[in-house]
Amino acid sequence: MEFNTITDTRKKILSKKISILELNQIFINRIKDQKKINAYIFFDEDLIVKRCKQLEKFNDDLILKGIPLGIKDLFCTIDMPTTAGSKILSNFKPTYESFVSNKLLKKGSVFLGKTNLDEFAMGSSTTTSFFGNTINPKSPPKKKLVPGGSSGGSAAAVAANLCLGATGTDTGGSIRQPASFCGVVGVKPTYGLCSRWGIVAFASSLDQAGVFANNVYDTAILLKEIAGYDSNDSTSANVNIPNYFQKLNYNMSGKVIGIPEEYNLPGISDEINEVWEKAKKIYEKGGAKLKKISLPHTKYALPTYYIIAPAEASSNLARYDGVKYGHRANVDTSLDEMYELTRSEGFGKEVKRRILIGTYVLSAGYYDAYYLKAQKVRKLIANDFANAFKECDVILTPTTPGPAFGIGEKEDDPIKMYLNDIFTVPASLAGIPGISVPFGESKDGLPLGIQLLSKHFDEQSIFDAGLYLEKNYE
Amino acid sequence: MKIDNNTVLKIAKLTRLKINPSEIDELSDQLTSILDWVEQLNEVNTDNVEPLSNVSMAKLPHRNDEESKEDRSKDVLSNAPEKVANFFVVPKVIE
Repeated sequence: MEFNTITDTRKKILSKKISILELNQIFINRIKDQKKINAYIFFDEDLIVKRCKQLEKFNDDLILKGIPLGIKDLFCTIDMPTTAGSKILSNFKPTYESFVSNKLLKKGSVFLGKTNLDEFAMGSSTTTSFFGNTINPKSPPKKKLVPGGSSGGSAAAVAANLCLGATGTDTGGSIRQPASFCGVVGVKPTYGLCSRWGIVAFASSLDQAGVFANNVYDTAILLKEIAGYDSNDSTSANVNIPNYFQKLNYNMSGKVIGIPEEYNLPGISDEINEVWEKAKKIYEKGGAKLKKISLPHTKYALPTYYIIAPAEASSNLARYDGVKYGHRANVDTSLDEMYELTRSEGFGKEVKRRILIGTYVLSAGYYDAYYLKAQKVRKLIANDFANAFKECDVILTPTTPGPAFGIGEKEDDPIKMYLNDIFTVPASLAGIPGISVPFGESKDGLPLGIQLLSKHFDEQSIFDAGLYLEKNYE
Repeated sequence: MKIDNNTVLKIAKLTRLKINPSEIDELSDQLTSILDWVEQLNEVNTDNVEPLSNVSMAKLPHRNDEESKEDRSKDVLSNAPEKVANFFVVPKVIE
């Protein structure tokens, strides 16, 4: 028996072809066999078995009953430590469950463990984790590739079949980019659709929870379960959550697909452009109309992001001071010295770099020139999308400027690393939903992804268009 | 904007990060190049543009500001590196 999708596995559990414990035992064995890819940074077999036995006691048919999931180690979990991939939280044991993971537990899912990530979700490669890098399961035999990031452990776990779905968070592309690199589906919903309560904060005006799975159907099921209003998150939106799965409709006849001309960037490889062209043709074949649109401020999205995200991060990460929780340096000469040494020992290089940049752009005399300026450009970028959606239903772009790169590449040049997010960051700044669907291959046979974007709270449109692409991908 | 070594040390102090002398030159170069790169934004005319802070455009619900009597002090202290009774312990601050 194969277990690749939630929909299919659920049927097998309901028809008693396999028990919850047997199913999860298969995944436990797979995780043990695939230890070297380091998708999970916390994994406890006994805990999984205990959970399965507890679930089997009740004769209910919760939508995710027995379904094995991976949880990005940025979500607070009561039964498992939560590290954010950082030394500074390496001994942190949350006393409460995040809103999102709690909803998944209530629907009967089984958490297989906590997945690896870039430290504090800052990165596009999962190489900045204190717990070592994750290896992309689609790597060719003689080269080790990154899984993307920051939710690289979740994407790799789904791609290697070490769970049937996983949670992620996306601040500038941290779900969509690794989904593309690993050949799985990744969804970043509208900002405010899922509560941020219990998610270790990076950049609060951008952070948003989302999901990974092996097909669009499964992501539609998972997203509905984690979405919803939460009074503990002041930016949580009180909107109706549709049953995306039941409403799926991949008839593209009459749909207008926007093609942003500014995404035709110099330096983007031919293989990416070819895949983009191929996707456009497939939509046309299904009766959709392609429409050239303009997002004139695209060029400024990355610099805007790299002011706003570090600024908010520097503020959010001020809480790690060695007093209330987390690592504390072994020094008692003075309080200031304890703070400084704790933070220097506890944070990695990229996190320190972003804290420094963020503090600088917020400091007296520079706030208006950098942070306020970036918030204004952000408004223009959001307006670009609002105008574009007057003319089209969804926007079609590549997810990344290239396929997965080798571990260790781009490490010496932060800006080069930042350019990975060129197609994903604009949507994050505008707060609109996006999905990455596996589509096409690089000349070396590596997975590539297509990104679909839609209006605020119109997740249904990207699920529909994503499902169409998935069904028509040979 | 050139971030010289003194500025690196000044920001490091603000962020409570101890920087090794050997790291200062590299950080000065990297921070300078990142800031030079983000300064592209100066090309954009933002006169009369409102800064964006609420991105979802959804109306954010208000809740009543109610006091909770629940005692969570045990939870709050449970991860403290050092504690005594109901207090966090830090190095001495007053001589």
